[in-house]
Amino acid sequence: MIPEIGHFALMLALCLALVQAAVPLLGAWRAVPEWIAVARPAARAQALFVAIAFGCLAWAFLSNDFTVQYVAANSNTALPWYYRIGAVWGAHEGSLLLWAFILAIWTVAVTLRGHSLPPEFEARVLGVMGLVSVGFLLFMLTSSDPFTRLFPAPANGRDLNPLLQDPGLVMHPPMLYLGYVGFSVPFSFAVAALLDGRLDAAWARWSRPWTTAAWMFLTIGITLGSWWSYSVLGWGGWWFWDPVENASFMPWLMGTALVHSLAMTDKRGAFKNWTVLLALFAFSLSLLGTFLVRSGVLVSVHAFATDPRRGIFILSFLAVVIGASLLLYAWRAPRIKGGGNFDALSRETLLLINNVLLVAACFTVLLGTLYPLVLEGMAVGKISVGPPYFNTVFVPLALPLVFLAGVGAIARWKRQALRPLLQSLWLPLAAALVTGSAFSIWYTGTVHPLVILAVVLAVWALILPARDMWRHIRHNQAAGRPWFRLPRHFVGMTVAHFGIGLFVLGVTLTGTNSLEKDVRVRPGDTVSLGGYTYKFEDVQQVKGPNYTATQARVLVFHDGRQVAVLHPQKRVYVGQPMSTTEAGIQPGLFRDLYVSLGQPLAGGSWAMRVYYKAMVRWIWMGGLCMALGGLVALTDRRYRLRARQEILPREHRFAQEASTPAPREA
Amino acid sequence: MTGRQRQRLIFAVVLLAGIGAAVGLFSYAFRQNLLYFYSPTQVVAGDAPAGHAFRVGGVVMNGSVKHDGLTTHFVVTDTVKTVPVVYTGVLPDLFREGQGVVAEGRINSHGVFVATQVLAKHDSRYMPPQVARALKAAREGHIHRTATTVARK
Repeated sequence: MIPEIGHFALMLALCLALVQAAVPLLGAWRAVPEWIAVARPAARAQALFVAIAFGCLAWAFLSNDFTVQYVAANSNTALPWYYRIGAVWGAHEGSLLLWAFILAIWTVAVTLRGHSLPPEFEARVLGVMGLVSVGFLLFMLTSSDPFTRLFPAPANGRDLNPLLQDPGLVMHPPMLYLGYVGFSVPFSFAVAALLDGRLDAAWARWSRPWTTAAWMFLTIGITLGSWWSYSVLGWGGWWFWDPVENASFMPWLMGTALVHSLAMTDKRGAFKNWTVLLALFAFSLSLLGTFLVRSGVLVSVHAFATDPRRGIFILSFLAVVIGASLLLYAWRAPRIKGGGNFDALSRETLLLINNVLLVAACFTVLLGTLYPLVLEGMAVGKISVGPPYFNTVFVPLALPLVFLAGVGAIARWKRQALRPLLQSLWLPLAAALVTGSAFSIWYTGTVHPLVILAVVLAVWALILPARDMWRHIRHNQAAGRPWFRLPRHFVGMTVAHFGIGLFVLGVTLTGTNSLEKDVRVRPGDTVSLGGYTYKFEDVQQVKGPNYTATQARVLVFHDGRQVAVLHPQKRVYVGQPMSTTEAGIQPGLFRDLYVSLGQPLAGGSWAMRVYYKAMVRWIWMGGLCMALGGLVALTDRRYRLRARQEILPREHRFAQEASTPAPREA
Repeated sequence: MTGRQRQRLIFAVVLLAGIGAAVGLFSYAFRQNLLYFYSPTQVVAGDAPAGHAFRVGGVVMNGSVKHDGLTTHFVVTDTVKTVPVVYTGVLPDLFREGQGVVAEGRINSHGVFVATQVLAKHDSRYMPPQVARALKAAREGHIHRTATTVARK
């Protein structure tokens, strides 16, 4: 009964989404207040029914209802309850429902903040979000119904893919989707503004917090994904340039460009056209990411769906969304007026360079990801593009970004004189050069120009935000204010930029100073690596809730002292033909000790892979630091104040805006 | 030059520089990282480059796997021809006889393929697409070449 309720709720949600899409958009076009007023209740009702459907599926999992095909395929009575929750989005159908559910959450969030928007504008935004929702609900009901019954029902389910039974993966998809789907809000704002024909600085100001929030979730999601692949796949890597990873990275790059470009449009009214285009692209790439992962065009760890009908639906949906929004853009963009003036050396120019570099990086990742698919589609042959390509194209584009991040943050809007900029930068630059190269040579023990460059840039990316923060604190003290009273948007930006430094340092030093060794060991054998001695003690059989494992005990000694006991496992899950590797890891701030068990060899010995991972945690600390920056920026006073301010009638607000124009130059 | 023109110029210059850099890097990286995929039939026919790394894919022949310490000897087949492969190190979880694999490395003077990396994919039903294609082609009697760009460990 419960699954039928869920299915019925999805159908009702689809009807309501149609209403939410059609009536307010027509109402805003025809200026019918009654139709415009439909937007909010329709959106909330739609969200309620999607939430009911989601709850029904979660209930089916928790109550082990194997009469539901999706549950039978992805759960098992032995599966612990927290993984049963995670299993809801463990495969194709459920992850689409999660997508729709998260879209509903964002839609409700827009209705809750809607009082700061003009009613017809809010109606258009909700209408566009309704259209997106129609697409996903229709997809689910026509080709990917999670509530399909199974007769006869099996006594037990097939269990969740063992690779997904990890705490990192319970949280990874919801965070990633909060990011992906979050970009539907700036997308809908952009489309609404294009429909409205009124793209102004107010539009950028409304879009900003939503974009920052989506970007923050996407950053957390990607960081979690990286940590998951490091600890579960047993290869010791944190990023593989797998198409599925690229699928989440491309919207991130575009979203990062959008966050910066919105700042430019909000503060200076500059590059509105460009910003709108980025908003359209960020969400299009999110949809593309969903298409790549969910259609089965890629066969990889994450790609569970292998039904081509689904691929064709998502591809057509993608074509409609991208095509329609770009057509609308081509029709409306020429009418958009430019913003304030600026010089060749100004924060605007630096942000523009940031944007172009990010978009160029995104473009090269896109080519590397899609090129094999295009070749395959044209039946030329199947190829795959690997890390050397991505590293070669990405690093040269990323390094200037790292260099410019701190500079852009201190440059002035409109016009930055060269001399004061150099005066304020030479000292940190010298400090970064000296400490960076000295540290790099001392730490790696070699002189490698590219490594030194990367470490110098990392130190530079750490010093500049730190000094910027220190200057603001000193300024507050001099003015007699409490030292901590800093604008949150500034603190957020500074923390996020600091995160870049942590990230770059982690990536570089993990790359240069990590060691790995494949060995054959018998109980009692020792292996030395990176000053640590690993002693392979013994192997035991252990039993988990839904698996049996061969677990090794590896003692690690450093300077004659025991520093860790690692328990790498080879697991065999109930009802699964494949075994999985569970690495034994001792995390540390400066190094991870990492052991994974290979194949059993003759005479009771084992193949074992031993890693010494230098500073690998800094990569994820950097990612989380960037996300934290986003969170802090979201709590800025401007967003809380605006809620009250914008209840003012529209004419008034435009008058305010007009009263603070950018001084024009001749 | 008016302010508007100057802005257009700055925008155009930055955009062109960015596109130029992206296209340049893209074409450079693509030329640098090209590796070809061959089926055992092609390798036996001598199509594969002698002094160059490439990928060979097929099914691990039943009864061919022999362990010698960390070193594993096995034979990859496309049901028509076979190539002996030797690999030293930890094998992926799904490496077993009858399973599709892709090995990367080069062929030595004895005609043995010395692999630097062995890939087996995650699902028991799954076969790497190149392998499936090569098996099919071998059975049907045609030969074709597929390009692959891959990681070097």
